Amino acid sequence: MELNTNRINDTLNHTPFVRIALGAGGICLWWILYNSLTKISAWLTYDFLPFQQGSHLGSAVEFFLYDTPKVLMLLTLIVFFVGIIRSFFTPEKTRAFLSGKSEFAGNILAALLGIVTPFCSCSAVPLFIGFITAGVPLGVTFSFLIAAPMVNEIALGLLYGLLGWKVAAIYLVTGLVIAVLSGWIIGRLKMENHIEEWVALSTAAAASVQEEEKNWNDRILYGWDAVKEIVGKVWIYMILGIAVGAGIHGFVPEGVMASIMGKDSWWSVPFSVIIGVPMYSNAAGIIPVVEALLGKGAALGTVLAFMMSVIALSLPEMVILRKVLKPRLIAVFIGVVACGILMVGYLFNIII
Amino acid sequence: MEIKVLGPGCAKCKKTEKLILQVINETCVDANVEKVTDMMDIASYGVFGTPAVIIDNNVKCMGKVPKKDQIKAWLI
Repeated sequence: MELNTNRINDTLNHTPFVRIALGAGGICLWWILYNSLTKISAWLTYDFLPFQQGSHLGSAVEFFLYDTPKVLMLLTLIVFFVGIIRSFFTPEKTRAFLSGKSEFAGNILAALLGIVTPFCSCSAVPLFIGFITAGVPLGVTFSFLIAAPMVNEIALGLLYGLLGWKVAAIYLVTGLVIAVLSGWIIGRLKMENHIEEWVALSTAAAASVQEEEKNWNDRILYGWDAVKEIVGKVWIYMILGIAVGAGIHGFVPEGVMASIMGKDSWWSVPFSVIIGVPMYSNAAGIIPVVEALLGKGAALGTVLAFMMSVIALSLPEMVILRKVLKPRLIAVFIGVVACGILMVGYLFNIII
Repeated sequence: MEIKVLGPGCAKCKKTEKLILQVINETCVDANVEKVTDMMDIASYGVFGTPAVIIDNNVKCMGKVPKKDQIKAWLI
């Protein structure tokens, strides 16, 4: 694998012509393979493997063999392009851009930048301190911290691939609205004194590093590195998620979810949020399950609410943020975001 | 040379440290590598992305795993 990657890197460092030809060829191949997945999975399940057409197990296996390559392929493509977009942004630029912005416009900008700024979730604390000490308002910082995990390329890519562009668009828009409004509300509540004291005392001058110039070659490599890193990390969750989804798809009777997660049970939305908040999974693991639940009659709003609360709010993140936030501010943070998710859930159950 | 690797200990920070140790071994430069994992300490250096690399009090990189060639350039 290492050798292989090196070879690809070498090739990418070659002439632009080779690179363009490789890219075009790769995308053609991708497209052909992607469009024949339905046939391949059916052939594999019923002709190559001895499963009966229409059996529970057969339908579960087909679902698994269809979804796994499909999701992997989509994820690779989307992570690659988002990687290229991200190579234009850095946390430094984002911070400089956000410092001193007025409240509402700042919240909107912060939520949008949260999607495209590359940052590792374990650096949430230094990032928080960096933003606050550079004069980014508290609420604007929160808009960034809420949008960054909630609206991410993995979630969007999977939603688009498994549930279509409409659901992906709904997720993008509602995720952004929640991030903007929650951040704005937290800002209005004026809770600056609920940040741990040591943050204000940390007077270290903001470090800055000179950014190296990137050409297109570097950006393509950046995208490729993102693919290796992200797909290399999430594939196992994804396969587990698809396996659970396949089980639901094959064995859970049609419509059974309608009574539990359907529109008519008003308690299903808050229930999903309450289960979802402490759960920690990434989008890759949760979305295949969601797809299968929807297929069995769960309502879209309920399922969206579940997914958002799993992805956006998690126990480990709260433990990390507790280092800089006092309990009351953490509680407000969870409360405000959870309310936003609840409203999104009800809204979609009503209009769809 | 004093090298500090700042990061709470996630996969990227470990990779950064490993790469730096590799380069030190390969180039035989005289350098001391220290890991900084405490959040307050990390913040006191003014960095807001991890992993970050500080060499003799100069922040060389933050928020990403540096490339091997980059590390070589810093050390030599």
